[in-house]
Amino acid sequence: MLAHQQHHITLPEGSIEKQTTTLNVGPTHPATHGVFQNIMELDGERIVSTEQTVGYIHRAFEKLAERRPLYQITPITDRLNYCSSPINNMGWHLTCEKFLGVQTPKRVDYLRVIIMELARISDHLICNSIVGVDTGAYTGFLYVMQYRELIYEIYEEVCGSRLTTNIGRIGGFERNFTNTAFEKLEKFLKEYPKVLKEFENLFARNRIFMERTIGGGAISATRALNYGFTGPNLRAAGVDYDVRVHQPYSSYQDFDFTIPVGKTGDNYDRFLVRNQEMWQSLSIIEQAYKKVQEFKGTDAEIFHADVPEYYLPKKEDVYTKMESLIWHFKIVMGEVEMPKGEIYHAVEGGNGELGFYLISDGGRTPFRLHFRRPCFIYYQAYPELITGGMLSDAIVTMSSLNLIAGELDA
Amino acid sequence: MALTNQYIQEKLQEKFGDAVSNFEQSYDILSFEVIAANNLKVLQFLYDEPSLQFQFLTDLCGVNFPDDTGREIGVVYHLHNLTENMRLRLKVFVPVATPDVFTACNLFSSANWMERETYDFYGVNFVGHPNLKRILNVDEMDYFPLRKEYPLEDQTRIDKDDEMFGRG
Repeated sequence: MLAHQQHHITLPEGSIEKQTTTLNVGPTHPATHGVFQNIMELDGERIVSTEQTVGYIHRAFEKLAERRPLYQITPITDRLNYCSSPINNMGWHLTCEKFLGVQTPKRVDYLRVIIMELARISDHLICNSIVGVDTGAYTGFLYVMQYRELIYEIYEEVCGSRLTTNIGRIGGFERNFTNTAFEKLEKFLKEYPKVLKEFENLFARNRIFMERTIGGGAISATRALNYGFTGPNLRAAGVDYDVRVHQPYSSYQDFDFTIPVGKTGDNYDRFLVRNQEMWQSLSIIEQAYKKVQEFKGTDAEIFHADVPEYYLPKKEDVYTKMESLIWHFKIVMGEVEMPKGEIYHAVEGGNGELGFYLISDGGRTPFRLHFRRPCFIYYQAYPELITGGMLSDAIVTMSSLNLIAGELDA
Repeated sequence: MALTNQYIQEKLQEKFGDAVSNFEQSYDILSFEVIAANNLKVLQFLYDEPSLQFQFLTDLCGVNFPDDTGREIGVVYHLHNLTENMRLRLKVFVPVATPDVFTACNLFSSANWMERETYDFYGVNFVGHPNLKRILNVDEMDYFPLRKEYPLEDQTRIDKDDEMFGRG
């Protein structure tokens, strides 16, 4: 049966049968690694056009946030880019701290840097190994998963959870890092570089991998900027924009690191940039760990800023000390004064500039909170990246863009 | 010469006069308002003017102030000059009855989905947008959920009134 008869379309007289094939990729296709739908028009295996559908897992975060006090919004941010939740958590804390005028001690900043860079490594690790899977190399993915596990164990030791971490509080951390946490960190720092090198050797000069990724999904620097690309995807196109350097937060100015950039903005360059960033992150973690070790005696006990009006006191103090009880009551019941005003603060997330735009009218909850989700903005460029290319390259392009459905759909 | 907020403000006032107003600096970012008819001209000027060069659209979102009669719906643009590393916030306010704002799609490809999102949640009609339809919500939805008139929770509940959220 002809296609137009199947679809009950009346074609005008004299017209010929449609020459292209419509293909639904997603929403739950195994190759899309998340809930993404693309309705593609194919000519053979070449993509003529595509239309994306997003919003399958929309959870109204911005509306929810309007009914929650600041400290209850942290678990929402977990569920944006869930491959690097700690960065989202910290980004939110940093926004609140800037808004409320809270100064954090240096030790807190350095501990945060350690956690954020670990998160960046785990984020890039997933993305790069998935690019490997989509080009036919499953081994790399399974191999590096063991080392993501080491990172998750560190999270677990610090905050008690692994994927959606809800790590830290406004002003610092909920508890000090234990010795076990530092031991696990040391273990990771000792074992991981070797593995990363092996992972790199497996892919970077691999003939098949190069043939599959070079030239696919390329974007020029001008187009990338116009499309609002940020993070590794923008850097792969040759623009050295990194929020950590341009607007340092959490004492990133104290660290020595470089911004890796690519040239062509294709899948291969994105892969290389992410790999290089993992090396940079490792070096930042080592520097931060060294700085943390320099704190001795009571200085080594500091893990949060002294801001009783925003930082929930210890539970045992609430039961035994009057002042802690008062602050606990005030924070939970929303008796703490909130300033009026608006703020935009951004951090370098796993896949780009993660921004928080907060408007406060002095109420207990934000009047308006908007998340700048990097992959929502750059996913628009997907049709431009894949049109004219092969279907199999479109799959690789999708994974190398590091799209996270949770962040895309908010 | 490094770009300063002062310079940006003077440059804009010189070019647009009364169409730009309410300049204020909040947490390092200069923020100002533009009348709805001029938003595209201002964006274009900020983009083209060699001494300003705000060529990166960081963010675009909507906001709703139900009590501000005639200016209930707002659209907020965050621009970034990446060479000078300077951010700028631009706001446009329109009445809820006729929420028409010119689209920035021709200037920034990134504005396309962000405007669709703003339409989806606030019902802002972006004049000239190539594909203005809902993006995150279902197409059948017949209201704009982030407007303040649509409460998040069941309003018949008496245990959760606004007083508990600091707005009596």
